Amino acid sequence: MARKVTTRHKVVATVAAWAVALIIFFPILYTIITSFKSETEAIAGFKLIPSFTTESYREVQGQYNYFKPFMNSVILSVGSTLLALLIAVPAAWAMAFSPTKRTKDVLMWMLSTKMMPAVAVLFPMYIIFRDLGLLDSRIGLTVMLTMINLPIVVWMLYTYFREIPGEILEAARMDGASLWNEIVYVLTPMAVPGIASTMLLNIILAWNEAFWTIRLTTTEAAPLTAFISSFSSPQGLFWAKLSAASTLAIAPILIMGWFSQKQLVRGLTFGAVK
Amino acid sequence: MATRQTQTLARFMMAPSVVLLFIWMIVPLAITLWLSFQQYNPLNPIRDGFVGFANYALFYSNPAFFFAILNTLIIVGAVLLITIVGGILLAILLDQPIFGQGIVRILVISPFFVMPPVAALVWKNMILHPGYGVTADLARFLGLQPVDWFAQYPLFSIIMIVAWQWLPFATLILLTSLQSLDGEQKEAAEMDGASALARFWYLTLPHMSRAITVVILIQTIFLLAVYAEILVTTNGGPGYASTNLPFLVYQKASLEFKIGQASAGGIIAVILANIVAFFAMRAVGKNLDK
Amino acid sequence: MTFKTLILSACSTLAMALAAQAETLTIATVNNGDMIRMQKLTDDFTAKNPDIQLNWVTLEENVLRERVTTDIATKGGQYDVMTIGTYEVPIWAKQNWLLPLDNLGADYDAADIIPAIAGGLSVDGKLYAAPFYGESSFIMYRTDLMEKAGLKMPDAPTWEFVADAARKMTDRAADINGICLRGKAGWGENMAFLTATANSFGARWFDEKWAPQFDQPEWKTTLQFYVDLMKDAGPSGASSNGFNENLALFQQGKCGMWIDATVAASFVSNPKDSTVADKVGYALAPDTGLGKRGNWLWAWSLGVPAGTQKAEAAQKFIAWATGKGYAELVASKEGWANVPPGTRSSLYANPEYQKAAPFAKMTLDSINAADPTKPTVKPVPYTGVQFVAIPEFQGLGTTVGQLFSAALAGQMSVDEALKQAQDAATATMKEGGYIQ
Repeated sequence: MARKVTTRHKVVATVAAWAVALIIFFPILYTIITSFKSETEAIAGFKLIPSFTTESYREVQGQYNYFKPFMNSVILSVGSTLLALLIAVPAAWAMAFSPTKRTKDVLMWMLSTKMMPAVAVLFPMYIIFRDLGLLDSRIGLTVMLTMINLPIVVWMLYTYFREIPGEILEAARMDGASLWNEIVYVLTPMAVPGIASTMLLNIILAWNEAFWTIRLTTTEAAPLTAFISSFSSPQGLFWAKLSAASTLAIAPILIMGWFSQKQLVRGLTFGAVK
Repeated sequence: MATRQTQTLARFMMAPSVVLLFIWMIVPLAITLWLSFQQYNPLNPIRDGFVGFANYALFYSNPAFFFAILNTLIIVGAVLLITIVGGILLAILLDQPIFGQGIVRILVISPFFVMPPVAALVWKNMILHPGYGVTADLARFLGLQPVDWFAQYPLFSIIMIVAWQWLPFATLILLTSLQSLDGEQKEAAEMDGASALARFWYLTLPHMSRAITVVILIQTIFLLAVYAEILVTTNGGPGYASTNLPFLVYQKASLEFKIGQASAGGIIAVILANIVAFFAMRAVGKNLDK
Repeated sequence: MTFKTLILSACSTLAMALAAQAETLTIATVNNGDMIRMQKLTDDFTAKNPDIQLNWVTLEENVLRERVTTDIATKGGQYDVMTIGTYEVPIWAKQNWLLPLDNLGADYDAADIIPAIAGGLSVDGKLYAAPFYGESSFIMYRTDLMEKAGLKMPDAPTWEFVADAARKMTDRAADINGICLRGKAGWGENMAFLTATANSFGARWFDEKWAPQFDQPEWKTTLQFYVDLMKDAGPSGASSNGFNENLALFQQGKCGMWIDATVAASFVSNPKDSTVADKVGYALAPDTGLGKRGNWLWAWSLGVPAGTQKAEAAQKFIAWATGKGYAELVASKEGWANVPPGTRSSLYANPEYQKAAPFAKMTLDSINAADPTKPTVKPVPYTGVQFVAIPEFQGLGTTVGQLFSAALAGQMSVDEALKQAQDAATATMKEGGYIQ
């Protein structure tokens, strides 16, 4: 009896969940579908099965070599993430293992550094970047993205490290483990999953940052966000080409996200789970 | 001795983050504050110079100012409401045993991976466009007049797009929290004959309170800065119907090149963010200490 | 310290390597069809100039404008050639941000540039940007629908005729709108159309003393006419329609008439994308008998920012891209119809071009009918037909555009929109020191 109810329950839940999931995913799905249509087909009304032409992709590639902005996106997002981790891991570690009364305030303060709207500081920032010779440089943008996301990285790592029980360290120390062994055999295995998921989230945030990455680059350092703004509203029909460019811009991060979904989910708690 | 050593070490470890973030905060803030008292227009530099509070007065007397503050708060409030209520419902749904759970979860979190300009472009051109959008196709199929979303419901459309982007984030955090709920507690409550609603209200919701708080805090910071979606879709209009504070600052900075006024707007935005953060912390901050 | 040294040495090595190789020009362009075609044809330029390499930055119009203005205002030096419009050129030249183009080569023949266009790009007789393509606006109409309505479009119609025809052509059941006009807010969107239209109704942005004129009856007539016409004969959701949206509507046969940029002619007459390619007629933008027509003048042009170190190479490139040779190159590769229009008189004298582009004469007539120095009936202190060439206009035009867009959407009355526009314009002009 109980079992029967469960099966029915499962079917109902499945149908509901799939329906909601498909609605949420629909805009992305439809963009991918449209990218395989021709321009006239794209505006000709609702159609789920495209003619599977790759014309739009060829045109997009002919206009803007995808490889360069793609590599820039990879370099910028991974580079800024590694740099942020390098700075944030010690800080989060210290906050988690020797917290003070002010630790929470420090975390909140860090988050508050994101309160200034980027547009308001564009002009001064542009001048600073110009004077440092960092316009259109990957290094400058990497530093920028690092600073933008640092508060989030510290916060995520902090909440993650806090879950590592301090007693384990003491136990290991009692057993006569050296500091080195302590780090290698006890701490690292416990910290790595947290660091990994932080890294994933930060790569996503950096990949999708679309203000500074467009404003501070021209050609050499321009990532996929700049690539997309070459296709956003030209004269003439552009729906299919825009879809193709959009698909190209989001596909890498989407695929990465799908494959690392479990890792990401585990890390996305921000201390929400005790 | 050991503790002092640890504490020194801890300070040393925190120093890079704190110092860098401090510089990152204080330098732009100081420049912006200074500029907010200057008339500075690189396109028309004749009258540049110190003007006292004139920029603030001009920003304040801008007919769009009131709308901008209101719309900023509406966007933050509405998106928080949608993502939290929707996130809780979705989390509960995804927590049920279902077929193809992995794929469903992947589909639900996907919008989070889409960069804001792409999300806005896709919604504008593929979904909501009154001529070629899917909603227009649907309306025509049902024999209705297609809705011109960005003209008739500009703010609602933007809220919809932003909520779509942030719903996965809220859902994921809330789902993780939900899954950590003790199964035994749930069963015990079930045994006691508590209704599903009562179980949700007295057991599940309190358990998720910390997660909800985290969602509110992090999203608020990002939502206060929403601007790409507006730029791509409505350009702040029609009228001032979808102009929010960051967009107004953008207009001053990048369209009119009134850098002084834009800086004043930036300072006002920081003040507003602090006020919002203050009330948010007052309202839900205690959940963090649990 | 060592890190810095390392980077510095790496940079200098790289810079040396590049310098030895070739001079690289960074060119900022807008993402429209003609510009993209040019990018694909640059092999011709680099073959002739092996010591110059080209780096393209292609951006959507608004982003482009924001980027290049920021860069030139801060002297960021990121670009060697910038694509700018007739709006920017006079303002930037006055700020000494642009280099005068005095080194375009002996065979460039600057006198061949259409006078109306050259005038918009010159300050004190010096050319500060070379036109890549020029456009005016005119009426594109469906010959079959016009006939069905029992009317005949004159070459130079009045607004009265156009409004009447639009109402007669409208067939809501068949999803045909008599007229499609811009409604999307923006100084280069609805305000381009509305300012040009207002000129034909005798309205002006400012009087000779820079006092805003939105409280004058001419503006009220203009805006009321536009809102009423669009309500009766315009498409639904017109307040978010820009060039692209109307183009798509027209190509699908949903518009009886469309008044917009002359470059649209090559799109609507192209059978590959347009379902009505063989049924399009052209006419001059309408007037009201006051002596001015509602057509604008615009040229996407190439200019050299004052900060560049590569002025010589930049001018070489501009001479190539805007010279007569380029037109022939495009003609030989993609046909005469795809040559960028509206810049040179010689193109319009070319019989092959006239044959390939049936709209050629009307385009030229439209361009010649616009006068940036005397845009409207009454005298004005500014230049520009569909814009006012002052730095404040971008912001003000967009604000007013939003108000007029709201009036079109029915969210605001015509009077209210004009009142708020007047307030916004007055505030802006006071702030800029034009009026007390």
